[in-house]
Amino acid sequence: MAHDTHEQVDAVTGVTTTGHSWDGISELNNPLPRWWLWSFYLTIIWSIGYWIVYPAWPLAASYTRGFFNWQSREAIVEDLDALKAQRAGMTAKLAQTSLEDVTKNPELFAFARAQGKAAFGDNCAPCHGAGGGGAKGYPNLNDDDWLWGGTLAQIEHTIRYGARSTNDKGHQGSMPAFGRDGMLKRPEISNVADYVRSLSGLPVEKGADLTAGAKVFADNCAACHGPKGQGNQELGAPNLTDKIWLFGADKAAIMEGLTNGRGGVMPTWHERLDDTTIKALTLYVHSLGGAR
Amino acid sequence: MTQAATSQKSMTFGEAGSALAFAALALLCIIIAAKAHTPEYAFHAYLFAAASGWAAFKIVDRYYDRPALLPPLTINGKPNYNMGPVKFATIAGVFWGVAGFVIGLLIASQLAFPALNFDTAWLSFGRMRPLHTSAVIFAFGGNVLIATSLYVVQRTSRARLVGDIAPWFVVLGYNFFIVIAGTGYLLGITQGKEYAEPEWYADLWLTVVWVAYLLVFLGTVMRRKEPHIYVANWFYLAFILTIAVLHLGNNATIPVSIFSPKSYIVWAGVQDAMVQWWYGHNAVGFFLTAGFLAIMYYFIPKRAERPVYSYRLSIIHFWALIFLYIWAGPHHLHYTALPDWAQTLGMTFSIMLWMPSWGGMINGLMTLSGAWDKLRTDPVLRMMVVSVAFYGMATFEGPLMSVKAVNSLSHYTDWTIGHVHSGALGWVAYVSFGAIYCLVPWLWNKERLYSMKAVNWHFWISTLGIVLYISSMWVAGILQGLMWRAYTSLGFLEYSFIETVEAMHPFYVIRALGGALFVGGSLIMAWNVWKTITAAQDVAVEVTPALAAAE
Repeated sequence: MAHDTHEQVDAVTGVTTTGHSWDGISELNNPLPRWWLWSFYLTIIWSIGYWIVYPAWPLAASYTRGFFNWQSREAIVEDLDALKAQRAGMTAKLAQTSLEDVTKNPELFAFARAQGKAAFGDNCAPCHGAGGGGAKGYPNLNDDDWLWGGTLAQIEHTIRYGARSTNDKGHQGSMPAFGRDGMLKRPEISNVADYVRSLSGLPVEKGADLTAGAKVFADNCAACHGPKGQGNQELGAPNLTDKIWLFGADKAAIMEGLTNGRGGVMPTWHERLDDTTIKALTLYVHSLGGAR
Repeated sequence: MTQAATSQKSMTFGEAGSALAFAALALLCIIIAAKAHTPEYAFHAYLFAAASGWAAFKIVDRYYDRPALLPPLTINGKPNYNMGPVKFATIAGVFWGVAGFVIGLLIASQLAFPALNFDTAWLSFGRMRPLHTSAVIFAFGGNVLIATSLYVVQRTSRARLVGDIAPWFVVLGYNFFIVIAGTGYLLGITQGKEYAEPEWYADLWLTVVWVAYLLVFLGTVMRRKEPHIYVANWFYLAFILTIAVLHLGNNATIPVSIFSPKSYIVWAGVQDAMVQWWYGHNAVGFFLTAGFLAIMYYFIPKRAERPVYSYRLSIIHFWALIFLYIWAGPHHLHYTALPDWAQTLGMTFSIMLWMPSWGGMINGLMTLSGAWDKLRTDPVLRMMVVSVAFYGMATFEGPLMSVKAVNSLSHYTDWTIGHVHSGALGWVAYVSFGAIYCLVPWLWNKERLYSMKAVNWHFWISTLGIVLYISSMWVAGILQGLMWRAYTSLGFLEYSFIETVEAMHPFYVIRALGGALFVGGSLIMAWNVWKTITAAQDVAVEVTPALAAAE
């Protein structure tokens, strides 16, 4: 092709052109760079080697399997088995040891908390936060305020069966919708909201009628939250005197709860997680800080 | 055809036929709109009806306005180039580019600050993300490819574009596809295939437009006055042809009904995944690589005023690239249900692709031998040379990431996003900016760009943006990959997924900052292009003697 028209020599490089020109663009007759060509050959040789060693080419009804008959599905099974084997001894021990006894065995306790932390991150963190710090409507697990009790047994029960979950053994009981269902009028809700804030020493609105609020509280709320608002873990009724608020401390949030009710759901986990994992989770949550 | 024609005016077959076809399509779309299953689909049908009706009217209107003879192929022996459609696509490219970058900045910010989803489906990440990818790849990239290809094929063939209505149909039809695709995403219409989200009717329309594009391009090449086809045109042709094949294969769907936007793909399971990534990877290979290499092969030698470094290298790397790229798709499906043998082939062909890709880089960079000093004075050329450097970097990183051992760390992490953007921002966008900066003065008969200083600012601001973007994503991606695979000494995963998401926050903020700089640069370009086009000085430049005769 370079011979059918007039070749020219490029003045800058001294290399001939192919003799063609398109819109003023010509092409030099430089050879392929040697390093480029040899690198290309090397990648081809390397690939052929890889094809020999590993599964590579499809055949009519199967494929070339390579030297070691390597398969990614077997490789992952081997990896997972190795991991299980590494944990097997401690897992068996954990399965056989009661919750209380685990806490007395530092090595086993550390293992349980490590397993619990991993399980917590995968299953609980989306609602309760990566560190168990909670969010609006999702309890903080680091403090000493427990809706359904903070002993090892109580925590395990809550994880296993949940609250207001699909499981019959789960915790029941929820905050009624006093306003929506017509049990309380709006002024009454406003008064009792101010009264509830006063229980934990929060400032109340000017001119708030705390006496009327106290009356509404005694008639409607004390049955679950107790006469002094100290809560009741049997019913999951929060302690109203401790300045810890699941849905917020401002009056609007309290009035919203009084009007529409509250009833967050904790799923039942015993169908999804095995007993040892629940045990590890219980110990992990119990160790977060405020447990009883 | 021109000189011999009689002076009696009559409609050409193309005018009459296309006007009738558009009128019929408008009627059909009104019927579909009336019986559409969903309001969103009815909206699209009305858009189609309005556009077709306008096209039919415009063709007839244009017939009454035009002289009896169609524009001649040559004037005084010089080719009478048809640059109207090129101008339109150039401006569309600038417009969609800015729009696509802005949406990119929005979704980058949403990842850093989820509140920016504004709790509305319309602005949610799920709808904005395909809007961004389609806007930058197909709207920005596609218009730049169409503009440059229709320019380059005329100049390097010394021939006017084939067809009278066809080139306009390609340009306007393609941009109408963009509008249908984009509004579809906003309305929630998607077939859920990455980079191929538009539903069956949009795909069908694009097929018609694309075949017209192929015919216009091929016809012009065949009409050439040069004995040989220039290398840029090989790459353009490979791009147009392969995209047609990929589009048909990956969009083989069966609509639920002509009155419904929904369709089902004929492939199933892992075979669907394989077809999807055969398409997806070659959209990278033939849209974003072959097409933009064609741009490089014309605009760099032209701007540097130097011959292409090696004809032999161009021919060898062209065929090697084409043959090898088409196999590399399975590397997107490492460690999945895809059979091991297919993964091996995807990986090894990606490795073999390394040097063929670098052939383009060598030819681009070495073409500057003897003209390196121009990088100091010409920011447009600098932009294109830096684009080739980014191309080289991304085409080394790609084969590296396709190696299974590396991929087991990099896959599903932000490293992939960083890799894509070093190619997309550094290579595709920069070579496009360079081409736009060259094209605009040439097309609008201006002596030079309105402001070279502004080009310089664009270059430095967006380069800083790219550096922030890709370095933050490298760190984020590798950190993410390492956190995902970290085990404690007791044999448990060290980090939960949520912890790895939290760890990404600072890098997402830096990435958004890089994106903001890139958007800023593109706004400077849009302003500069606007000022160049509207500038008073109209110079009869000898670089483009034939332009004065156009239209």
